[in-house]
Amino acid sequence: MNRDAVMSFLSSLVVLAAGLLIGFIVLLVSNASASWEAFRTILTFGFSGIRNVGDVLLGATPIIMTGLSVAFAFKTGLFNIGATGQFAFGGLTAILIGTNFEGMPNGLRVLFALVAATTAGALWGAVPGLLKAFRNVHEVISCIMTNYIGMFLVTFLIDRYAFNPAIGKSQALPEGSNLPTLGFERIFREEFLPGFFRVSRVNAGIVIAVVVAVIIYIILEKTTFGYELKACGFNKDAAKYAGISQNRNIVASMMISGALAGLGGALLYMSGTESMGASNVLLPYGFTGISVAFLGLNHPVGIIFSGSLVSYLFLGGARTQVMGFSIEVVEIVISVIIYFCAFVFLVKTFLGKHIGKLLRRKGERGDGA
Amino acid sequence: MRPFFYIFKGGNPLYIIEMRNITKSFPGIIANDDITLQLKKGEIHALLGENGAGKSTLMSVLFGLYYPEAGAIYKNGEPVQIQGPNDANRLGIGMVHQHFKLVHNFTVLENIVLGVETTRSGVLQMKEAREKVLALSKKYSFDIDIDKEVRHISVGMQQRVEILKMLYRENEILIFDEPTAVLTPQEIEALMQTMRDMAAEGKSILFITHKLDEIKQVADRCSVLRKGKMIGTINVAETTKEEMSEMMVGRKVLLSLDKEEASPGETIMSVRNLTQKGKAGEKDPLKKISFDVKAGEILCIAGIEGNGQTELVYALTGLKHIDGGQVTMEGVDITKAKIRKRTETGISHIPEDRHRHGLVLEYTLAQNTILQTYYKPTHQSMGFLKAREVIAYANRLIERFDIRAGEGADTPARAMSGGNQQKVILAREIDRDPKLLIAVQPTRGLDVGAIEYIHRQLLAQRDSGKAVLLVSLELEEVMNVSDRILVMYEGEIVADVNPKDVTFRELGLYMSGAKRMESGVAV
Repeated sequence: MNRDAVMSFLSSLVVLAAGLLIGFIVLLVSNASASWEAFRTILTFGFSGIRNVGDVLLGATPIIMTGLSVAFAFKTGLFNIGATGQFAFGGLTAILIGTNFEGMPNGLRVLFALVAATTAGALWGAVPGLLKAFRNVHEVISCIMTNYIGMFLVTFLIDRYAFNPAIGKSQALPEGSNLPTLGFERIFREEFLPGFFRVSRVNAGIVIAVVVAVIIYIILEKTTFGYELKACGFNKDAAKYAGISQNRNIVASMMISGALAGLGGALLYMSGTESMGASNVLLPYGFTGISVAFLGLNHPVGIIFSGSLVSYLFLGGARTQVMGFSIEVVEIVISVIIYFCAFVFLVKTFLGKHIGKLLRRKGERGDGA
Repeated sequence: MRPFFYIFKGGNPLYIIEMRNITKSFPGIIANDDITLQLKKGEIHALLGENGAGKSTLMSVLFGLYYPEAGAIYKNGEPVQIQGPNDANRLGIGMVHQHFKLVHNFTVLENIVLGVETTRSGVLQMKEAREKVLALSKKYSFDIDIDKEVRHISVGMQQRVEILKMLYRENEILIFDEPTAVLTPQEIEALMQTMRDMAAEGKSILFITHKLDEIKQVADRCSVLRKGKMIGTINVAETTKEEMSEMMVGRKVLLSLDKEEASPGETIMSVRNLTQKGKAGEKDPLKKISFDVKAGEILCIAGIEGNGQTELVYALTGLKHIDGGQVTMEGVDITKAKIRKRTETGISHIPEDRHRHGLVLEYTLAQNTILQTYYKPTHQSMGFLKAREVIAYANRLIERFDIRAGEGADTPARAMSGGNQQKVILAREIDRDPKLLIAVQPTRGLDVGAIEYIHRQLLAQRDSGKAVLLVSLELEEVMNVSDRILVMYEGEIVADVNPKDVTFRELGLYMSGAKRMESGVAV
C-alpha cells in the first residue's frame, strides 16, 4: 500500500474516532445511565449476528449508490446535491413499473424496472447538467430546485397511481417484482426458535451496487471518457486548452451521476422492505450519499466500505431505541459521527504534513545518533 | 567561509545588517543552508541566484516572514529578533515585493500612509503626510501625481509608490525583489538612478535579481547563492558577467545563442484585422492586428505585460472568441474553428500559465504527456486508454527531453519542479510535430540552464522548418532568439523590426508607446 492510501485510511479512522467521542457525549447528556450500553450497541450491534450483517449490507446498498453518484459528479468538479431527487425519481419509476405491468414475466419486469429507474435518474440529473452547461446556472442551486420539484412530483404520482391508504404510503410491490435474493436468505438468518428463522432481506441489490462501483472505477481510471471527465474536474482551463468539451462532459457527468442515484432508488424500493412515503419530505439517502462519498474519499471502492460503515452505525443506532433513546437522539449521534467525517480531507492534509515531519525528525535524530 | 570575529558574541558593527549562518528548510529541501550575508551601510548589494536558489527565502527571513531554524541577525552589531514584518519595519527594513502590495482604489497618497496614518481624535490628518510625500517625491524626481488612484497609474509608477512607502517610513535598509521584471528599459534606467541616489543618501540596498547587466550597472557588491548555499560575495567592479554567471549556475554558460540566419519559407499562419472589443468602458484588447508567420522563422511578439499579447494568443488558439478579423492556417480559414480542430491543423501551444492551462497538476507526468493526444489510436482503443503504451510514450519523452522527476512517468505533475513541468509541456507540444509552435513566455520563472535548453529547442524547431511564434516580455530573450520582432502596445502592433536593426532603447520606446511605425506594419 502506498503512503497516500495509508494516510487516507488513517485520516478516516481519526475522524471516525472523533465523531464517536462526540456522539458518546450526546448520549451521555441525553441519558447518562444507559449511555455506555447504547454506545456499545452502536459499535457492535451490526456484527452481533449473521442476520445483522445481512441487514448492514441491505442498508448499505442505497447509500453506496448515492455515494457513487455524488463522488462521480465530484470527480468532474460538480457537486451533485440533487442525488435525493434523482433517487426519488428512480424509486418512483421502479414502484410504478413493479406495481403495474403484471403481464410481464417476473425477471423481465425486474430488469425493465431497473433500467427504467436508471434512465429516470439520468434524465432528472440531466436537468441541472444542461442548465449548468448552457446557461451557467450553478448546479447546487438547480439541484436544490430539482430536489423539491422531484419530491412534490413523486408525492403527486404516488398519490394518484400507487397509493395504499392503509399505511399512507405507496403500495407494496408484489413479491415477483422484487430483486432476487440469490439464496442470501439461507445465509443471513438466525434461528430464534427451533425451525423458526429471522431472515435478513438482503438481496441482489448489494451485488449490483458492488459491481456498479467497480464499473465506475474502471470508467474513471481506465477510459478516455474518465480521463476527460477528471481533467475537467481537476482543471477546467487545462481541459479547455486540450480541446475537451466542457459542456458535453458536464451533461454526461450529471446524467451518469443521476443514473447511479436513480438505480439506488430502485434497489431500495425493490427490496420489499420500504414503501415510498406520500408526504412531502425529502428522502435522506441523497444527503447521506454526500457523507458516504466524502468518507470514502470519493473513491468507488472506498465508497463500498464507507457505505457499509454508515449503514452499520445506523443499524446499531436504531437498536438503541429499545434502551429508551428516542430516534431523534440516535439520528443526532449518527449525524455527529458523519459530520465529523466531512473533515476527512482536512485531517488527511494535516496528517500528511505533521506525520511527514515527525518521520523526518526521527530520521534526522537517527542520523545524529 | 566564516569571518574571523565569529568567536565574538555580537555581530560586526561594520555592517548595518548581518545575517549569520542562517538555515531554513522546507519539507524535502534546505532552502538556506548556513548562509552568511553582510550588508554595508550605503552600498547596493546584489543577491544573485537562479530560481529556487534561496534568494527569496533569505529575504523573507530578513523581513520576518519566515523564522530560521538556525542562525542570527545583527543590526549594527547588535543581535535582533525579527518575528514578523512589523519587527522588520521597526528596525528600518522595507521591501518592494515582486508583486506590489497596493490598494488599487486608494490614491497614491493614501497607499503611502496606509498603516502609519496620523490621526487626531480619530480623524485623518493628511496635510503633513502630503507635504512629506511631495518633498520626497521631488527629492528623487519622481514625477508622480499623488492624488491619482493607483489603478490608473502605470506599473512603473506603482513601483515608485512602493519606494515612496519605504522612504516615508524612513526605512534605511531597502530590499528590492526582482524590481525590473515588469519595467521598460527607460523605467529600468530611472530605477537604477533612484537606487544610486538612495545609496548616496546613506540607505543600504539589497537587490534581488538574476539579471547580470543590472548588477554590473548598479551594484557595488554581489552575493551569489546556488541551491541554498552561499557561493561567495564579490566586488562587482572586479568581476566579469561570465564569472558571475558561472558562480550562479555552477558551470560555464553561453550567454548568447549563436544561430544561423533564418530562411523563412511559406506562410503558415496568417492573421488579418483581428479585433476584440473590450467590456463597456474599457479599451479594446485587440485592434486590427495583422501579421504572417512563416515556416522557418521565429517571430517574436514583444511588449509590456497587459498590452494584448495574452488576448492575441487566446484568439489564435481558440481559447477566446474574437469580434472581427480572420485567422488562416496554410490558407484554411480557422477563425471560427474549435480548439481541437485548430490543434489538428498543426498548432502547438505552450501556454503562458503552465499551471492554469498547460498541465493538470493532479495528473501524473505520463497522463499530462497525452493531454492533447489521448483520443488518438496510439493512446487508446475502444475508449480504453492503453496504459502500457502511455507509460512507454512518457518514458520516451522523459529520455528525449531530459525530464527529471522523482518517480519517473508516475510522478504527479504537482510534485515536479517548474523547469521540469515546462519541459513536459514543451515535450508534449513539440513531439506532436506541429507546423506552428506558439510559445508564450516559455522561460518564465526558469533558471539559466533551463532557459538555455528551451531556447535551443525553439531554434531546433525553426531549423527543421517549423514556424515559431514567441511571445515574450524579456527583452534579452526577444533580441537573442527572434528573427523578426513585432511590438504590441495597447492592443496594436506598433513596430515590425529586425533584431539586428534595432537597439534595446528603441524597442523600449516602442513598448512604452513613445514611438511607432506608421506604414507597412507587420504584413
